[in-house]
Amino acid sequence: MSFLLAVALMAVLAIVLGAVLGWAAIKYKVDEDPLVDKIDAILPQTQCGQCGFPGCKPYATAIADGEADINQCPPGGDDGVRKLADLLGVDFKPLNAENGEEKPKSVAIIDENTCIGCTLCIQACPVDAIVGSAKHMHTIIAKECTGCELCLAPCPVDCISMVPVGETVQNWKWRYPVIKLKVTA
Amino acid sequence: MNAPVNLPANTQPVYRFHGGVHPPEMKHLSSGSPIAAAPVPARLVVPLQQSIGNRAKCLVSVGEDVKKGQLLAAADGTVSVAVHAPTSGRVVAIDGQIVAHPSGLPELCVTIASDGRDEWGERSPLDWRAALEKGDGKTIRDYLRDMGVVGLGGAVFPSHLKLGGRDGLETLVINGAECEPFITCDDRLMRERAGEIVAGIAIVAQLLAARQVLVGIEDNKPEAVAAMREALAASGIANAHVVVVPTLYPSGGAKQLIKLLTNKEVPSGVRSTDLGVQCFNVATVYTIFRALEHAEPVISRIVTLTGNVARAGNVEALIGTPIADLLDFAGNQSDSEGYIYGGPMMGFELPDTQVGLTKAGNCVIARSAAHFPAKQPEMPCIRCGECATACPQELQPMDLYWFSRSKNFGKAQEWNLFDCIECGACAYVCPSSIQLVDYYRFAKSEIWAAESAKKAADLARQRHEFKQFREEREQEEKAARLAARAAPKPEAAAAVDPDKAAKIKAAMERAAAAKASAAPVTETASPAVSVDDDKAAKIRAAMEAAAAKKAARAAAEADGETPAAKPAAALDEEKAAKIRAAMEAAKARKAAAEGCAAEAVATPAEAKPAIDPEKAAKIRAAMEAAKAKKEGRAPAVTSAADTPAGDTALANDDQGVAADTPVKPAIDPEKAAKIRAAMEAAKARKEGREPVAAPVADTPVGDAEVTNDEQGVAADTSAKPAIDADKAAKIRAAMDAAKARKAAKEGGEA
Repeated sequence: MSFLLAVALMAVLAIVLGAVLGWAAIKYKVDEDPLVDKIDAILPQTQCGQCGFPGCKPYATAIADGEADINQCPPGGDDGVRKLADLLGVDFKPLNAENGEEKPKSVAIIDENTCIGCTLCIQACPVDAIVGSAKHMHTIIAKECTGCELCLAPCPVDCISMVPVGETVQNWKWRYPVIKLKVTA
Repeated sequence: MNAPVNLPANTQPVYRFHGGVHPPEMKHLSSGSPIAAAPVPARLVVPLQQSIGNRAKCLVSVGEDVKKGQLLAAADGTVSVAVHAPTSGRVVAIDGQIVAHPSGLPELCVTIASDGRDEWGERSPLDWRAALEKGDGKTIRDYLRDMGVVGLGGAVFPSHLKLGGRDGLETLVINGAECEPFITCDDRLMRERAGEIVAGIAIVAQLLAARQVLVGIEDNKPEAVAAMREALAASGIANAHVVVVPTLYPSGGAKQLIKLLTNKEVPSGVRSTDLGVQCFNVATVYTIFRALEHAEPVISRIVTLTGNVARAGNVEALIGTPIADLLDFAGNQSDSEGYIYGGPMMGFELPDTQVGLTKAGNCVIARSAAHFPAKQPEMPCIRCGECATACPQELQPMDLYWFSRSKNFGKAQEWNLFDCIECGACAYVCPSSIQLVDYYRFAKSEIWAAESAKKAADLARQRHEFKQFREEREQEEKAARLAARAAPKPEAAAAVDPDKAAKIKAAMERAAAAKASAAPVTETASPAVSVDDDKAAKIRAAMEAAAAKKAARAAAEADGETPAAKPAAALDEEKAAKIRAAMEAAKARKAAAEGCAAEAVATPAEAKPAIDPEKAAKIRAAMEAAKAKKEGRAPAVTSAADTPAGDTALANDDQGVAADTPVKPAIDPEKAAKIRAAMEAAKARKEGREPVAAPVADTPVGDAEVTNDEQGVAADTSAKPAIDADKAAKIRAAMDAAKARKAAKEGGEA
């Protein structure tokens, strides 16, 4: 009798705990993979597609799913790869040359004398950083340009060029202190 | 620790702050002689960024004559102040010049060739007394912003922001401590112009409704203390005291002085105003008074010229005066090794002596081995803790050094790196001669850069997501519009819809005829021919038709009757046959186009009519009133703008080039051919990896067929995926095109 009681007790316990776990799985379900967001936060959001994916988020998803390597983002540079390696607990590897090379941050500039107002670049811009309308001159909001270069190809008159941002008084950084060595004797 | 240390002369208690150092004062070099007026230089270089915040917006142009005190640049935004012409003359350049900044990088400056007359322009005085009485603080603040008043202690924070409308300030602290070695400009100012400083204090105290005013002055300036006491007593400001504080660097730091005078410690991340204390430099209140009383903008400041010069002293110099001119005035010695802008503890080496004086420039020191012996080589940190003892902010400098050195910035921030005021006390006491502040500055600027990059990335992400959302919404709105059009006239829809599904409803006359006769069978031949010409148009129109049809059906079913069903069924056979014929023709055409894409490109005239049905369908869908537009016109650019999805989606397909060609006639055939070739290569390379691209372009075609055969039932379900695929394809297409272009260019160069 006590044997049956023990079995029954265990069975009831199993059902109750199972119900609790099942409820918790539904109640506290994480909809989006938090890892994707973490990876996406590291990516530079240029949305340039050099990684072979249509934007940063799809690339982040692919990394999270193990479908893409961490070294396919040239705008992120080696620093970005290092951060991804830290996050994912994998070894650092240099940028994949197939995806392009790291370039200094640039912004696109439209030669406004040449622009014919075709709007093709406006459609190509992933961050809506180009202003203009059909048959009217277009211009780029430099502050919002990510330097993805996607507007270069569609331009039928080649009036867009990439100009490196360069160093200004505003974005200048103090250098890492270097101690000069003196040669004696 | 916090026990008051009453100096005999004080009526107010003085407290202590943690740490501090006492470097050789060296003030005797320049404090002996009265303030001299520096001669007006031939050229002035006035930087437009002379305060924390936004650079002022330039209002003058090259070649313009300016008068002394004329507005050169207006404040841009809240955290910004105006910049004025320091003397009369002509603007000879507005360009990037090296400025007094450790980077030595150029910054936008207005260069003025003075005419030597030093003529004042028109001044616009403010009736500040009336404004003050009315309690109209905003007028006064705006006026001070337009007069270019900033904190002259060195941080150049816009003063109008510190005079913000708080009712009732516990203590107004006036900073006359001037703790850094060598500098004596505030000392001389207090000695010579105490009356005007006190008048300024009265204004600020009234503006802020301060209950108590404490003027802190270090005990190494007895003359200044006496002059200020006298002036303060004469002014009759209630509850105002001069408090003598012991000489200990950095007692002139705002937080340190507040602690000294009020015993209030300003915690990390809290502003002193939240504790009821506000701090102004003596020179700042002096300029506030000059601005209000004499309508005199900040166009000059008192600067200490000291170090290795023959006549060390203080001069009142115009903003923009080249430092070289000032050094010449002070009798610069030939063996000066460099020039320090600011004090020896917190200043920096000037990149060039031609830079113009700024509002922040309180001191220029000509460096020589006598005053500044060569620095000892840096040795390893021995963790003696001297720096922590000296730190006035009670930080752990050795830990901060360690984290900054190893670029462990997160940890450095946790250890409150940003509470460091870069006073240099730690480096001063370091027995290993480690330039600690250099490491902190490095870490701070790296963190700032990372933060601004993060902000930019967040903005880009947000904008990208919004663009995707917008594109989706536009698709939906288009469908909704078509539905709205179809719904109110079911009898017309009955005739029009099947026709559209069949033929893309090209011509306007045809629509009218269909409405009138409801039997447009005889006219179908010619549109069919034109449809054959352009597969892209067909795909697009079929998608639109599917959407419209879905909506129309939904509307009709909602009405409880199905007027569309019968005629549609009647036309079914005919239509299907026609469509098939059209498809076959299109396929044949595609094959031909594949064979000689260049030919298709080179004959835009032939391709041009192909766009007519597409355009007509679009116009119809967009607005019926657009009938006025002639079909023959077919403005290529407009259609490109109107059909973003179709054009780009097809860009990486074989027909892409042919379909695009009439759309952008400006493209030269050579380039098109190159792009096409490169695109095919890119596609081939991608195919194994990304199967999305290929099916995308084909999907709409397949859908169209299904739609025609089964009266749009299948199309209803397929329209959605087509849209999504379309979006993905567009992004892809742009990417591929970019790659292709690069490849083509490289190929061309090779």
